[in-house]
Amino acid sequence: MTAEFSGTGPSGAGPSNIVIVGASAAGITTAAALRRNGYDRELTLVDAETHRPYDRPPLSKHLLSGEWDAERLLLKSEADLDEMAVGIRPGTTVTDVDLPGRRLTLGHGDDIAFDRLVLATGVTPRRLPHSSGVAGVHTLRTLDDATTLSAELQPGRRLVVVGGGFLGTEVAATAVRLGVDVTIVAGTATLLERSLGVLVGEQVAHLHRANGVKLHIGPASVVTSVDEIGGRVSGVTLLDGSVLHADVVFLAIGAAPRLGWLGSSGLSIGDGIECGPDLSAAPGVYAAGDVARWENPLFGRSMRVEHRTNATEQGMHVAKRLLDGEQTAFASVPYFWTDQYDLKLQVHGWLRGFDEVRVIEGSFEERRMIAVFRRGDRLTGVLGIGAAKAVRQWRQHVLDGQPWASVVDS
Amino acid sequence: MKVLADTEVCVAAGVCLTLAPAVFDQDDEVGKVILLNPNPDADDYEAVRDAVLSCPSAALRLVDDE
Repeated sequence: MTAEFSGTGPSGAGPSNIVIVGASAAGITTAAALRRNGYDRELTLVDAETHRPYDRPPLSKHLLSGEWDAERLLLKSEADLDEMAVGIRPGTTVTDVDLPGRRLTLGHGDDIAFDRLVLATGVTPRRLPHSSGVAGVHTLRTLDDATTLSAELQPGRRLVVVGGGFLGTEVAATAVRLGVDVTIVAGTATLLERSLGVLVGEQVAHLHRANGVKLHIGPASVVTSVDEIGGRVSGVTLLDGSVLHADVVFLAIGAAPRLGWLGSSGLSIGDGIECGPDLSAAPGVYAAGDVARWENPLFGRSMRVEHRTNATEQGMHVAKRLLDGEQTAFASVPYFWTDQYDLKLQVHGWLRGFDEVRVIEGSFEERRMIAVFRRGDRLTGVLGIGAAKAVRQWRQHVLDGQPWASVVDS
Repeated sequence: MKVLADTEVCVAAGVCLTLAPAVFDQDDEVGKVILLNPNPDADDYEAVRDAVLSCPSAALRLVDDE
């Protein structure tokens, strides 16, 4: 938080015109929680999406596989939205913000006023150079992205997935079960390495191979170009010069916050919107969800968390702060899950930069496993497979900031 | 007040049972929600409303009694 913005809100009065930019999980939860907490004045959601607010995690799983239709993803029914009395402006981008003047400029030229502002614009997938506009090259963030990709995943076609993280592996698992010929390409030593480490990553890689996914991983497997013939993708070229032919290429190489429109706002922008511990970015201005970077007091670390549960929890926190103006810190144990075939891996904690991972119960083969993660001298996270309840006990240890030595046998 | 839970949509985050342990539980393995009491006592209404709001997959719904 920059010094010029520290201090109390813009006026002594409570909010009467709250605008939320972004109506995905964080934005819609903020709105719902405001109403739940008794806020009954103006409330507007400005949403770049044209669809009613929907949930994103199923996009790479049940929606892509065709098991669920889009209706199943809706976060609120029409009746819920009516009851919330929230004005949604769909298909509307924001191009600029005037914080002192308390106005937003919208993509089609209008501007709207606010007295409190919530920034919940989420992230945009990264792309490789020269991959835009090439038919058959896909990313996945929106419902429309998933629908377009789904139509391309026909049995027998060759799909190259670039990236061995959560999104890449989940799409690979879905596609191979649809009869698609799938290859994952990643420059890391194994799958999910950055998130879960080599020990767990190797097990996930084994699972993918056993299900018929080909893996092209390691330092030589960095993609140097996406190749095309006549405007349609033909494959990818790797650092070692090898060429992988493909009918469809899916890019899952991470995502970046959508912050270009805040360039002249005066807000502190880095990897995310730099917030105070209470998620405030300026007086009366908060960030929630994937875009918010803040120091989580439970871990003593600055973090930006692209997890579904974080979006909900931050939305609820921001709704409270908007109404009470308190500077209470947002303290949370992040949670995420990933579905890999019929296994659900569940993680509580913050694993980034961990020093040690240890399996303390079960194994991948038994389909029941608990692994704990150490950073320095403390327990920083726990991963479970088929052990949801036991894992929640470990989550409590993480929440309590337990020293590693006091909960893990040496 | 009646609570509905969609176990297919549930992502087993376990948030609901932390907030309203008299109403929600989860299975030991995958961790899907179990409704202990689909017709909560009035004492639990506030906690249940918080749980519905907090659910990260919109798996919980409330319906008013007829």
